[in-house]
Amino acid sequence: MTETSSSALPKMTARDVNVFYGEKQAIKNVSIDVDNDHVTAFIGPSGCGKSTFLRTLNRMNDTVASARVEGEITLDGENIYNPSMDVVQLRARVGMVFQKPNPFPKSIYDNIVYGPRIHGLAGSKADLDIIVESSLRRAGLWEEVKDRLKDSGTALSGGQQQRLCIGRAIAVEPEVILMDEPCSALDPIATAKIEELIHELRGRYAIVIVTHNMQQAARVSQRTAFFHLGTLVEYGVTSEIFTNPREDRTKDYITGRYG
Amino acid sequence: MSGFAIVIMVIGLGIIAWLSARAKAARLMYSGGNASPPREGAPRPRSALHSLPSYHGWYVGLWVAVPALIFLSIWANIMPGLVTEKVLQDPAAMALPADPFTRSAILGEARSIAQGSAATAFDARANDLVEPYRAAQHFYSIGGAIIALLLAFTGGAYAFTRIRADFRARTRVERVVMMGLLIASLIAIVTTVGIVASLLWESIRFFTHVNPIDFLFGTKWSPQSAALGYGNENAFGAVPLFWGTIFIGAIIAMIVAIPLGLMSAIYLTQYAKPAARAWLKPILEVLAGVPTVVYGYFAALTIAPAMRDFAVWIGIPGASSESALAAGLVMGVMIIPFVSSMADDSITSVPQSMRDGSLAMGATTSETIRQVLIPAALPGVVGGVLLAVSRAIGETMIVVMAAGLAANLTLNPFASVTTVTTQIVQLLTGDQEFDSAKTLAAFALGLVLFVVTLLLNIVALQVVKRYREAYE
Repeated sequence: MTETSSSALPKMTARDVNVFYGEKQAIKNVSIDVDNDHVTAFIGPSGCGKSTFLRTLNRMNDTVASARVEGEITLDGENIYNPSMDVVQLRARVGMVFQKPNPFPKSIYDNIVYGPRIHGLAGSKADLDIIVESSLRRAGLWEEVKDRLKDSGTALSGGQQQRLCIGRAIAVEPEVILMDEPCSALDPIATAKIEELIHELRGRYAIVIVTHNMQQAARVSQRTAFFHLGTLVEYGVTSEIFTNPREDRTKDYITGRYG
Repeated sequence: MSGFAIVIMVIGLGIIAWLSARAKAARLMYSGGNASPPREGAPRPRSALHSLPSYHGWYVGLWVAVPALIFLSIWANIMPGLVTEKVLQDPAAMALPADPFTRSAILGEARSIAQGSAATAFDARANDLVEPYRAAQHFYSIGGAIIALLLAFTGGAYAFTRIRADFRARTRVERVVMMGLLIASLIAIVTTVGIVASLLWESIRFFTHVNPIDFLFGTKWSPQSAALGYGNENAFGAVPLFWGTIFIGAIIAMIVAIPLGLMSAIYLTQYAKPAARAWLKPILEVLAGVPTVVYGYFAALTIAPAMRDFAVWIGIPGASSESALAAGLVMGVMIIPFVSSMADDSITSVPQSMRDGSLAMGATTSETIRQVLIPAALPGVVGGVLLAVSRAIGETMIVVMAAGLAANLTLNPFASVTTVTTQIVQLLTGDQEFDSAKTLAAFALGLVLFVVTLLLNIVALQVVKRYREAYE
């Protein structure tokens, strides 16, 4: 992978995206490019649409009956809302980690192999064992759980559960990982571990993280997008957004004037 | 004076007491140098009362009404006895015959005339007793009314004098309310205990005739032969009935109800559009309210002959028009809404985040259902199925109409089998004397049924409870 090719072609692009819940418009004319080797943070006050927009990137809004998406979102140049795009394939390529850790009520091992099994990524038990070890290692959880892979995933602590969910997402070798406020249910130590993990995963996967914690956005991301009232106010290099925002609204939010 | 009028009077007194006690307490509210209500703009003084005036009202009102009403309800029960006693001491009663049956018949007639519910007596001797009866009744009802009113006044006076600013009327009233709630919740339990006690009592009487071991493990059931005087030995082996009950209620019915109920729950929770769900779910739940006798007709008149013809057509021997299969199938259909609604509840209580997590991994809806939702909902579903089994084996009407009476120990679903509930009906509707072994066997069967369904319910509720704890 060369620097020029990846920076020339954004991993995902959104053009004039509008999202409606019934009559209510949640996202207005958002256009954004998501880079391959950067962590992109979406920040903004509660209800600004950042999570809604994140969920359009792997079509999780399809599960909401009243939601309607307009505009174009591409993954490697292919429109993901095309009828020819299989949503199962899409979600295998664009993984997601949720706000609250949601391991399945199965063993740690079965949580990790869930995706590889449904996508037929492993031919044998040995393959699955390899996937489990490598995914848990990359999720920074292997040393803590290697002796109790048969224990239930729900018996882990909150931070461990969230890393298990990240490992579960990694296990299908996605190209993009979407994280929807992944640390909001965790204590500061668990949060630090997740942030460290995000650093390690950068470059291997395109990562988009929604957060309402601005220090977190500053710490983990290289690109930041500020959303307000369903619109994308400002998008740029994280250090510039935080030190020298172009828009007054961004500045007010970052300095804590509102939100 | 009629009892009804007294009750109304006592309640009226209670209301008056409530109002006056509240007024008295309200006057105490701003006492202590501040007898008048606060003026506009002035800081509101703290109320000197511990409890709000209405609590004082309730306190006094309850003291007026409750003792008097309790007395009246006791009085209404013992008054007839007292009246009869008094009538019998009357000189006119000396002429009554000694035979207790004639005696009570004449007294009964005299009472009817005295109360105006009969015009003339069949037995002329009753006419002499009408006047003493009337007098006695008058005496005791007036007496009762006076005692009730005295109680009301005494209670009211006692409570009224206790109203002071620092009197804790609220705590007292709340304790009475709590007692009322406790009594309400105990009534169902006490009734159940009474039912169990009577079942146990009659069962013990049965087991003095028949050895419990023979009853629980014997394989020959022919209470009719015992009733005809061939002896109780080997006539009350209940195993064929237990088998029939399990075969129909726990095996055939569940083979129908579990898959269909589960699948309908999956459709309703995962695939149905909200509009379809809004229609289908209530309809399914209405089916649960169809009287079982209607299912019984359907089983006996439609399904059973069809099953027999089918069995004859494929050449199964021993096909009966009252087959286990007919009863079991219809019972299964009856149980579907039950299983479906329990499964529906447990599937919808699996957190949405679990479903999202699976879908976000690229799982299809059906993969999500099979691999995440059903396993997560399984304990709840199992609990629901156990409750359904316990309902099915206690179900009576369908099996009475469709399952037949022959106590066969057979695996052939087209043969006739009988169940515990069917036999209970048969045993109790015969013309046997009540304390014969044949009639008493019904209670022993009822006891077994009660114990089994109780155990099933306990296990099911435990399973459901543990499952609930996992997500809350």
